Amino acid sequence: MSEISRRDALRRLALVLTATGVIDRAGAEEVHAFAAEAQASNGGTYSPKTFTDQQFRTLERLSDHIIPVENGAPGAVAAGAAAWIDTISSENDRLKTIYRDGFTWLDAAMKSRGAEDFVSATPEQQTTLLDLIAYRRNQTPELAPGIEFFTWVRRMTVDAFYTSAIGFKDVDYRGNSPMASYPSPTEAIEYALKRSGL
Amino acid sequence: MQAATTVHDVVIVGSGAGGGTVTKVLADLGISVLLMEAGPMLSMGDLKEHMVPYHVPHRGAGAKGEAYTGGRTGFTYSATFGGAQIDGEPYTVAPGSDFSWFRSRVLGGRTNHYGRVTLRFADYDFRPRSIDGLGFDWPITYEDLAPYYDKAETFIGVTGTKENIRSAPDGIFQTPAALRAHDTLVQRSCAKLGIRAVPGRQAVITRPTNGRPACHYCGQCGRGCMTASNYAASYVQIFPAMKTGRVQVLPNAMARELITDDSGKVTAVSYVDKATGTERQVRCRTVVLAASACESARLLLNSRSSRHPQGLANSSGMVGRYLMDTVGSSLSAFVPALVGMPRYNSDGYSNHLYVPWWGWEKQQALGFPRGYHIEVGGGYGMPSIGSFNGIVNRHEGYGVKMKQAIRDEYGTSIGLSGRGEMIPNEKSFCEIDPEMKDRWGIPVLRFHWAWSDHELNQVRHMQETFRAILEGLGGRITQQLASGARPPISRGGAIIHEVGTVRMGNDPKTSPLNKYCQGHEVKNLFVADGAPFVSNPDKNPTHTIIALAWRTAEYLAEEMRKGNV
Repeated sequence: MSEISRRDALRRLALVLTATGVIDRAGAEEVHAFAAEAQASNGGTYSPKTFTDQQFRTLERLSDHIIPVENGAPGAVAAGAAAWIDTISSENDRLKTIYRDGFTWLDAAMKSRGAEDFVSATPEQQTTLLDLIAYRRNQTPELAPGIEFFTWVRRMTVDAFYTSAIGFKDVDYRGNSPMASYPSPTEAIEYALKRSGL
Repeated sequence: MQAATTVHDVVIVGSGAGGGTVTKVLADLGISVLLMEAGPMLSMGDLKEHMVPYHVPHRGAGAKGEAYTGGRTGFTYSATFGGAQIDGEPYTVAPGSDFSWFRSRVLGGRTNHYGRVTLRFADYDFRPRSIDGLGFDWPITYEDLAPYYDKAETFIGVTGTKENIRSAPDGIFQTPAALRAHDTLVQRSCAKLGIRAVPGRQAVITRPTNGRPACHYCGQCGRGCMTASNYAASYVQIFPAMKTGRVQVLPNAMARELITDDSGKVTAVSYVDKATGTERQVRCRTVVLAASACESARLLLNSRSSRHPQGLANSSGMVGRYLMDTVGSSLSAFVPALVGMPRYNSDGYSNHLYVPWWGWEKQQALGFPRGYHIEVGGGYGMPSIGSFNGIVNRHEGYGVKMKQAIRDEYGTSIGLSGRGEMIPNEKSFCEIDPEMKDRWGIPVLRFHWAWSDHELNQVRHMQETFRAILEGLGGRITQQLASGARPPISRGGAIIHEVGTVRMGNDPKTSPLNKYCQGHEVKNLFVADGAPFVSNPDKNPTHTIIALAWRTAEYLAEEMRKGNV
């Protein structure tokens, strides 16, 4: 949050604190909503700062496989996972190397399987390769660098997706919102007790 | 060197739980204080408990992706201004030792982000040596400190319920928040084992208190609180005390040394003004050290002169000795009973439930001295960097199937953390490193650390108990402990409960401080942080730091009134 918008948020918070010292629920909700609103996405298209356009398209394609659109619910592409990984890598030499070497390996592996490179391979060719490198049990000297790379892309794509507003919604995170009191979650407790046998 | 002319009645070094309490108590008693803090002023705008990862471009991974490849990320959303590594402020660890020293450089210190666990010591905690022959007895009793626990709880606000458990004395409590689903499972499973689990005792207010609004249950106490609904020395004690006009805060002042006169009294504190790098002094009638246990010891050890060759208040040679931390160990499990549970907001505040120590009556049969309490973790935490790494590594693959596994297992883990008592030992201490200095030329600390079998045996018991509780609620434990391996004990310093080092006691030959935390040899010197602790019971130290500091401040005021200091 910028300094100005933070000050603004604090001013609003001060208004919320009424003379009785009781926090007003609607007002507190506004503060939370305001924080979210102030950080609305920057929009527009992203220009990669670390990877080439070709590498960036590869990354985007990988992230789409890892967290695809599901029954119309947006996935990692809409959540901007590739842009986030590119940004994080721009100031981190180790990540840069991991990704650049990984893209090279992926394209070479695709070439040896008859495609020009990863992005121009058919979806079936892509998933055939991913089905190999997405599991440790497929470890061979040939596949090891691919498995290691895919572990990185998957981990960071998952982080990028679930730390986005879209990801919050996907797991139905309901916390960090103001409540006037903390009621007993009776329905959840009954469910858990019944299933645990306690 | 800039000369000072004003002589302050009281100079307090450090603004955490101890310094904040002394500031508040003295200001209320009409005494003016100068409060020195090595870090900057805190602005309420530094508190970010309502931020979520997508409010920052790096989402919490650190601006350079430190979360992935190592390096110091700091606390992305909290006003800690510190950590175990601080630029230009190193420390050393002796060969064969392992110790981590967390420091906070900001007004309010570590109270801005700590866990808010607020536990009274039990009556027996003050005389452990009399009971089992280990460690040392305190020069005070529970009855001496109880009125100050009362005052602290009344002013700060602490949740809890009256339970009449000897290891966990009741206090003045505010109504706690309801238990969550995972809390309820743990409570029932404990009951089957004959162990009582009770509502958490947290420095969180659930009704408006002293002009502070009640908690709004956003679940991020560790980042500080914009509505001051939990305790931090900064916004609960120091800011209100500043309004009396009797408190002057000196931020960015790194204390170097205490200056004494021929009679051995402290006359000034020399410090580095970090903003300009200049050496300065403030003159004082009395000084209260509350810089954190190890910083206070460092300051005394660095105050060497021909009169005090071992450092100030250290004829006993005990300054820096008997450094203690809390014994920590954890275990977590995947709990199938929580899969598919009707969703709810499980944030609340940190500990809605805890397990006080239950074994004090059958201690002889346990194979280790002293006890531990258990803190309970679980619920649908805010999705953050690394939140689902464990699930993804177990399931592997990709696509909708992996996503479904994340949805199924989100919020289904329950973790138990033991917090136990360490017996003070000869091998755990801090001293001045003979070579290394910090960026201002101040000699740094060198740490020595060793756990003994007492602590390792305690951790074995913790692990067996955690396993029994978690399996009792149907949990599947994923971590496997190799038999014969060293049990999973925390690093020294890792629980950030380091205390001891300038202990109180009746005998000047073995204790630098008397029973009022006043220097035996230096009457106008007081210590008000964790340094005076004689033992480190299984109660998180902040509440006792506050109660002791409150008592010390009242004693100091009375001694000033009498003209004794």
